[in-house]
Amino acid sequence: APSAPLKPAILERFAREVAKYPEAGKQSAVMACLAIVQQDEGFISMQREREIAEYLGMAPIAVHEVTTFYNMYNQHPVGKFKLNVCTNLPCQLRDGVTALVHLEKKLGIKMGETTADGMFTLQQSECLGACADSPVMLVNDRTMCSFMSNEKLDQLIDGLRGSAKGEAA
Amino acid sequence: MSPEQVLQQFQATGVQTCFHGRHIEPQIYAGLDGTNWRLADYEARGGYKALRKILSEGLTPDQVIAEVKASGLRGRGGGGFPTGLKWSFMPRQFPGQKYLVCNSDEGEPGTCKDRDILQFNPHIVIEGMAIAAYAMGISVGYNYIHGEIFQSYDRFEEALEEARAAGYLGDKIMGSTYNFQLHAAHGFGAYICGEETALLESLEGKKGQPRFKPPFPASFGLYGKPTTINNTETFAAVPWIINNGGPAYLECGKPNNGGTKIYSVSGDVELPGNYEVPMGTPFSKLLELCGGVRKGRTLKAVIPGGSSSPVLPASIMMECTMDYDSIAKAGSMLGSGAVIVMDDSRSMVESLRRLSYFYMHESCGQCTPCREGTGWLYRVVDRIHNGQGRASDMDLLNSVADNIQGRTICALGDAAAMPVRAMIKHFRHEFEALIPGYVPKAPVQA
Ligand SMILES: NC(=O)C1=CN([C@@H]2O[C@H](COP(=O)(O)OP(=O)(O)OC[C@H]3O[C@@H](n4cnc5c(N)ncnc54)[C@H](O)[C@@H]3O)[C@@H](O)[C@H]2O)C=CC1
Ligand SMILES: Cc1cc2nc3c(=O)[nH]c(=O)nc-3n(C[C@H](O)[C@H](O)[C@H](O)COP(=O)(O)O)c2cc1C
Ligand code: SF4
Ligand code: FES
Repeated sequence: APSAPLKPAILERFAREVAKYPEAGKQSAVMACLAIVQQDEGFISMQREREIAEYLGMAPIAVHEVTTFYNMYNQHPVGKFKLNVCTNLPCQLRDGVTALVHLEKKLGIKMGETTADGMFTLQQSECLGACADSPVMLVNDRTMCSFMSNEKLDQLIDGLRGSAKGEAA
Repeated sequence: MSPEQVLQQFQATGVQTCFHGRHIEPQIYAGLDGTNWRLADYEARGGYKALRKILSEGLTPDQVIAEVKASGLRGRGGGGFPTGLKWSFMPRQFPGQKYLVCNSDEGEPGTCKDRDILQFNPHIVIEGMAIAAYAMGISVGYNYIHGEIFQSYDRFEEALEEARAAGYLGDKIMGSTYNFQLHAAHGFGAYICGEETALLESLEGKKGQPRFKPPFPASFGLYGKPTTINNTETFAAVPWIINNGGPAYLECGKPNNGGTKIYSVSGDVELPGNYEVPMGTPFSKLLELCGGVRKGRTLKAVIPGGSSSPVLPASIMMECTMDYDSIAKAGSMLGSGAVIVMDDSRSMVESLRRLSYFYMHESCGQCTPCREGTGWLYRVVDRIHNGQGRASDMDLLNSVADNIQGRTICALGDAAAMPVRAMIKHFRHEFEALIPGYVPKAPVQA
């Protein structure tokens, strides 16, 4: 089902991004516009791609190429919390993989999957640029969590579950 | 608690990675404590003094470039290209717009220095960029920040607001006739966008696929206009050079390798983190600052300059000093300065397997040798790791690496191939030991 048109608050954020570039370079704002939509709606639908294309004067396929090229854009809905654990070599040497395996067990899912209650999506990721803090995990694209021992991972998952219950109540 | 409050508990403070008090003569990280990143704090540390000096004393662009040339500053993004020389390539009397770009797309596995600069000292990058823009007659700039460190992007936006409000950015800076507009942009998860021409494509709102070089960005850059791109740490070095003079910078370091360099040390050390030390500091000293090899184990190997640089065995590494020339002489490269330390319990096959997966995953796919070759490298190392390697696999790995190296548009292909060769060169026996029924070739008789 088609969703409502983009909210004014979102369009305002788009405008701030577009203002950074010369008029002929409006398309430069596409990365930011997609990230803004993802923050607001959790993923990028085809409808939103078409709307952003129209807003920036681009072909819809050019927007789709961007969505598909960059690893962090979600092309499909994900859990309320998307967890990206770095397992690249520097992190692998400091329990990055241990963290991923621990989360798989704790959440009862494999990497790439979402929990049945729609709360968590677990992904492996490449270097997050925080190697000295390993194990590291990025939550919902924007918040880096550092030194994530198994104990801290448990606290974080339990904490996020609790916060969701609180919101529901 | 809200989700934000929950996540707040797990945020890095920088105490372990940056404010450990074990830097040697720091220039970029000097005086930081994690909370003093705002404009007023930066000014209290002498910030924006260099920009003020240039504008109030009327230093010419040529004088600024000469100072940077004299400093021996070399690009901290990995290529080590002399910064002053690069700046001098920018056309002077160009009728159209020229651009300045900061490469904060730090994604080379092991590298996390630019994040700590942006997070804890953002104004030093703004001042460095403003000086560079002045020296090259540029009025618009962008800082392209790795999408994964979004918090640093948000902070940089805040710092930009502060600098604009104080008149350090914008029109008629500090009452002069000089204008410079600076904006922040972000990536969203593509290692290849750290390559400068891929970054420009991305900044233009496209897939980040590298362009052929030459032409270099100085002649064909952002929107096809003359553009200079430097790494975050490169720009951050500039205010110190202007304040203290190029020769003083060169002196702090060794000939041809001026100044301090920030090393991101990860892997098997007691105290991983960023360490700012003068160029030419012995590796053994750096290792000591990091508390030595973890759990008192023995050093086995070091990848000295990010995952793209060839691995060096402990015996060679312990003789090196940390600078471009010493590491190059030892057969590797200083690269981004990410030092990945491995102890004697580590399997080189397993390590190479993970790196090969990374390059396969991040190849942008435009060149056949890289797109196909990185897949081959991963699959062959993976089957050796699984105990299903074939006797011919060692030669196969070398031949696939041969077919990639030097045959691609950008250096990612080389970056995938070189570590394979180095691993086989120095640790061949570990690979052979995993291949069932492997019979080493008889040594060739002369
Ligand atoms: N910081 C990080 O996260 C990463 C860093 N790297 C590093 O990047 C390096 C490779 O980068 P490239 O840009 O391909 O290296 P490069 O050696 O081709 O160029 C380095 C810089 O010098 C300039 N340059 C070189 N020759 C020039 C000439 N003749 N005229 C004008 N300008 C010239 C280039 O435009 C570029 O800005 C590797 O050594 C690797 O260590 C690689 C991956 C990630
Ligand atoms: C695959 C690849 C990734 C790169 N990633 C980065 C990066 O994240 N940051 C960076 O500054 N340079 C990176 N570089 C090097 C840039 O292309 C360029 O040389 C550098 O930004 C120039 O700045 P400098 O002269 O100050 O070092 C990368 C190069 C390659 C081939
Ligand atoms: S070498 Fe690889 S990453 Fe670089 S342009 Fe070619 S395919 Fe893309
Ligand atoms: S390797 Fe994991 S954050 Fe860099």
